[in-house]
Amino acid sequence: MHNHILSIILFTPLAGAILLLFVPRENKNAVRWIANIFALAGLLVSLPLVPWFWAQRFQPGFKFIEGAPSNWIPSIGAGFYLGIDGISFLLIMLTTLLGWISILSSWSAIEERTKEYYVWFLVLQTGMLGVFMALDFFLFFVFWEAMLVPMYLLIGIWGGPRKLYAAIKFFLYTLLGSVLMLLGILFLYFNNHSVTGVYTFSIPELYKTAPAIPFHFAIWLFLAFFVGFAIKVPMFPFHTWLPDAHVEAPTAGSVILAGVLLKMGTYGFVRFSLPFFPSVVTQPTVRGWMIGLSIVAIIYGALVSLMQKDMKKLVAYSSVSHLGFCTLGIFALNPLGLSGSVLQQINHGISTGALFLIVGVLYERRHTREIAEYGGISNVMPVYAAITMIMFLSSMGLPLLNGFIGEFTILQGTFMENKLWAGLAVIGVILAAAYLLWLYQRVFFGKVTNPKNEKLRDLNLRELVYFAPLVAIAFWIGLYPKPFFEILQQPVNQLVQTVRPGYPGTNMEVKKGSEGLAPATAAGANAPAKTLAVREGGR
Amino acid sequence: MLELTGVIPAIPFFSFVLLAVFGPRMARRAVSVIGVGSIAASAIVSGIVTAAFISTPPAGWSYHEVIWQWMSVSGFQADIGFYLDALSVVMVLVITFVAFLIHLYSTEYMEGDEGYSRFFAYMNLFVASMVTLVLADNLLLLYLGWEGVGLCSYLLIGFWYTDPVNGRAARKAFIVTRVGDTSMVIGLFLIFHRLGTLNIQDLMNRATLQWPVGAAVAVAAAALLLGGAVGKSAQLPLQTWLPDAMAGPTPTSALIHAATMVTAGVYLIARTHVLFSLAPPVMLAVAVIGAATLLLAGCSALTQHDIKRVLAYSTISQIGYMFLALGVGAWSAAIFHFMTHAFFKALLFLAAGAVIQAQHEEHNIFKMGGLRRMIPITFWAFLIGGCALAGLPLITAGFYSKGMILWGSWSSPQGGPVLWIAGLVGVMLTSLYIFRVIFVAFFGEAQIAVEHPPRLAKNLPMVVLSALSISAGWLNLPPYLGNKLWLNDLLYTALPKVAEKQVGWITEDWSEGIITAAFVLGLVLAYELYLKHRGATRPLSDNALGRAIHELWYADWGFDFVYDKLLVTPVVWFAQVDKRDFIDKFYDGLAALSRACYRALSATESGRMRWYAASIVGGTVVFIFIVLVL
Repeated sequence: MHNHILSIILFTPLAGAILLLFVPRENKNAVRWIANIFALAGLLVSLPLVPWFWAQRFQPGFKFIEGAPSNWIPSIGAGFYLGIDGISFLLIMLTTLLGWISILSSWSAIEERTKEYYVWFLVLQTGMLGVFMALDFFLFFVFWEAMLVPMYLLIGIWGGPRKLYAAIKFFLYTLLGSVLMLLGILFLYFNNHSVTGVYTFSIPELYKTAPAIPFHFAIWLFLAFFVGFAIKVPMFPFHTWLPDAHVEAPTAGSVILAGVLLKMGTYGFVRFSLPFFPSVVTQPTVRGWMIGLSIVAIIYGALVSLMQKDMKKLVAYSSVSHLGFCTLGIFALNPLGLSGSVLQQINHGISTGALFLIVGVLYERRHTREIAEYGGISNVMPVYAAITMIMFLSSMGLPLLNGFIGEFTILQGTFMENKLWAGLAVIGVILAAAYLLWLYQRVFFGKVTNPKNEKLRDLNLRELVYFAPLVAIAFWIGLYPKPFFEILQQPVNQLVQTVRPGYPGTNMEVKKGSEGLAPATAAGANAPAKTLAVREGGR
Repeated sequence: MLELTGVIPAIPFFSFVLLAVFGPRMARRAVSVIGVGSIAASAIVSGIVTAAFISTPPAGWSYHEVIWQWMSVSGFQADIGFYLDALSVVMVLVITFVAFLIHLYSTEYMEGDEGYSRFFAYMNLFVASMVTLVLADNLLLLYLGWEGVGLCSYLLIGFWYTDPVNGRAARKAFIVTRVGDTSMVIGLFLIFHRLGTLNIQDLMNRATLQWPVGAAVAVAAAALLLGGAVGKSAQLPLQTWLPDAMAGPTPTSALIHAATMVTAGVYLIARTHVLFSLAPPVMLAVAVIGAATLLLAGCSALTQHDIKRVLAYSTISQIGYMFLALGVGAWSAAIFHFMTHAFFKALLFLAAGAVIQAQHEEHNIFKMGGLRRMIPITFWAFLIGGCALAGLPLITAGFYSKGMILWGSWSSPQGGPVLWIAGLVGVMLTSLYIFRVIFVAFFGEAQIAVEHPPRLAKNLPMVVLSALSISAGWLNLPPYLGNKLWLNDLLYTALPKVAEKQVGWITEDWSEGIITAAFVLGLVLAYELYLKHRGATRPLSDNALGRAIHELWYADWGFDFVYDKLLVTPVVWFAQVDKRDFIDKFYDGLAALSRACYRALSATESGRMRWYAASIVGGTVVFIFIVLVL
């Protein structure tokens, strides 16, 4: 089990999807039960990973390696090759948790084409997990694209009134990104061949050859990947697909979209852009642009959300602002910024995921998301109002809750690089308080003015069940984030060591420092580069 | 016994959790027992800790305890840890004790309210956060308490949430203070970046070793922290939120917006006094801000009709005194005034609350009158509080603490005649505006019949606070009364002594004498204008200039107006204009372009043979041309 834990986590949702194909579509409850069981199973099988990973959190390199490079399609050097480090571990746990929550939250929301809905959702789940696990670029790309189709369908079929517009917009944007990224991948692939004489898509192998690419090529490669990831994040000015997609998507789709899908972009930066192109990301102009776009996203996203009339659109723009913090932390290129950024990605999944669920709860009861339709909801739904307050506070970065830890760490890291950057980004924190508190005021405070809101029922047990873990984790990270940072310590230091060799305080484990250009994975051993050091790195 | 320190914030925190989760289903009696009992327990524990601290002082007059390591990322560390020294002991004792009295008062004040358990839950959370703020051993934990009290302040100002006006005031308070908080956070970044720690004692030690006096970085760090202090303590230029914060229930105003939270800025500066000492320009700024605030707010207090708004401006003004004291390095005087102010201002608010409830929720003092005979205990409480506030010589606590501040502002090396005169004018203004309230509301003809006269739960806290408003001053007796500085001697174990530099002919006795004269002047003026010749102010308000000044003072010198026009309007305007996100227009344009291309191309597919033939010929010509030429 230890050796195949990643496969088990990866394929549990897919197995559910396949099983669902054999259930008659009329039997909606059976469909729901099976989907929920598999979603819960998906979460449960990922739990053993927690203690196992914890035990080896300080060990260098990828862990729980499965498969091998080039074992899948040997002729082109593609392999079914999985492995995780602290960064992907946290994102995987987030994915399995949010996957279960989203599916549970869909129980009464999805009445039409129930079976297809759950099938696609489970397929999506496998796709996302695969992206975080793949150590082979070919496999990565397969999962990356495999994720796109189910999401397109979830928005396009189960979405709101303008679902087709939103779905196509989403698809076109991300497809553009994928195509450019594919070109980048192919370039790296052929470059590796020309240097080593081996055709391979193995990411650890490419780590060794990619950083040597001369700057004038690397900058174009970086840009190709950048477009792919920046659209996914989404960074300003590639963000306009997001509000539409969110507004039209069903609640669970929004939760997954915000909670996990957006993290693909930031994950891409961390996993690929930084270690592949260290010379580019440390180049002041490039870095200045990345930071600049992040800061603009923070402030612009917050300003635009201020005046939204639709709750979901408001939350969507707040996502743009929050993800700005994540990219800011990444391009601070120091351990604090990067650890904060990854933690903030988790936090955003928790808080914004919860915010979309919160909007979904009201939407399910009243079938509208217009802020003006509400008011005084505290009076009729006190428990719901309390949970919402907690998640709003988490989202606006109040201490004791998770958002604060992430934002503070990112900003501290940023400050150490450049005071002005941090000073500008902090404005976003003030604006966050403004738009969230104002939203809360309009929806929850005041008297119940709309008679339709008088009889709304408070949260039911199912809803409480899916909010509970999110609230608990928000407090956990706020009160005791230490374990999370410990999990991130090794990969983040490795990354900083690769990008900025000799950065103080990062080579705790690596005794001899980074050996030339052999970063992340090879660090485990000063082993001869030709024997795949990585394979021994895991169990 | 000092190990009990961590218990002081823990008790109210757990009772908050209890009340938040089970409160709505509990009987009111149970809510009162938990809500008030927890604070009583907390106050008792802090009493025990204080006694232990004074009787058997720990080594170095400080005690440090780490509960757990909060976070640790690549060299950045922060603990959940408590630090106890004379400064935090005094603060915690005052906070928990005053909080207990106010909680007790609230059981009667809030008795008919629907949100009874919610109120006590928030108040308990507030006490927990406030105590955490004061006991924190590092700036990050202090910041946690800092934001925690801000949150409770927000929740309690907007407590009666069905009225949107309250919600607006609450949001204003939160966002304006958050502007200050942001400056403070940047200060934390800077301090950690340069000194490598946020532990308060460590960072002060390192700062003294690494930074010379007047170093740019020390100035920057102190100035950024000052930004946070100014926001939280409602000093210029971020004072605008406090008068509106009076929308909350009156016990809230007493506890949060008078006695404790708003003095957090004073505490922050005293706590990090080493940083400020290293930054003389910032010290000067603190003193000037304090002096300016105490004058401006004193003028505004003169023009208000709402009894609570008078007290709010008075709070701003009194905290101005504390800032003045801090700015001239009279650290212990600032803390002394914090303590006496906590007693008499809480007392004034509690009495005002009793008045308001007795007068059918009427806030306007000019609609009240003759309350002296109708609610005598409340009258005496308000009178004693007012006298302490104005500094009635020898008897009241406010006289001693204010006297010490003024003496510091004259005699310390950073002080001087200008600051001293500002403080002196402030004394006159204070006595004028508070006796205006007393004469207008409590004397004269009765106008509204009294209902709900205060009972025991309201009266008892008022009586106790009255006693404290008088006796607390005796903790520091000036030279002509024997020079027994018990409180100062205790505080000197944590804070540096006031440096004295005799300037000119004034001695401490003279200074106190002149203060007395200013106090009497204000009192006489108030008596003449508001009791003896009611309406004597008419000629002033009738001429244009007088009216303009009145309007200006009434509207807090137009700060709100300016901020609204300068900051709020542009942001809202941009957000309004851009709510459809004009970046999307670019992509819409792309889509429109491709549609246009599609239309143009599909138009060529016309089905006419002539057109196709012509295109083939044209294409061939172009192709041949290209091949031949290129």
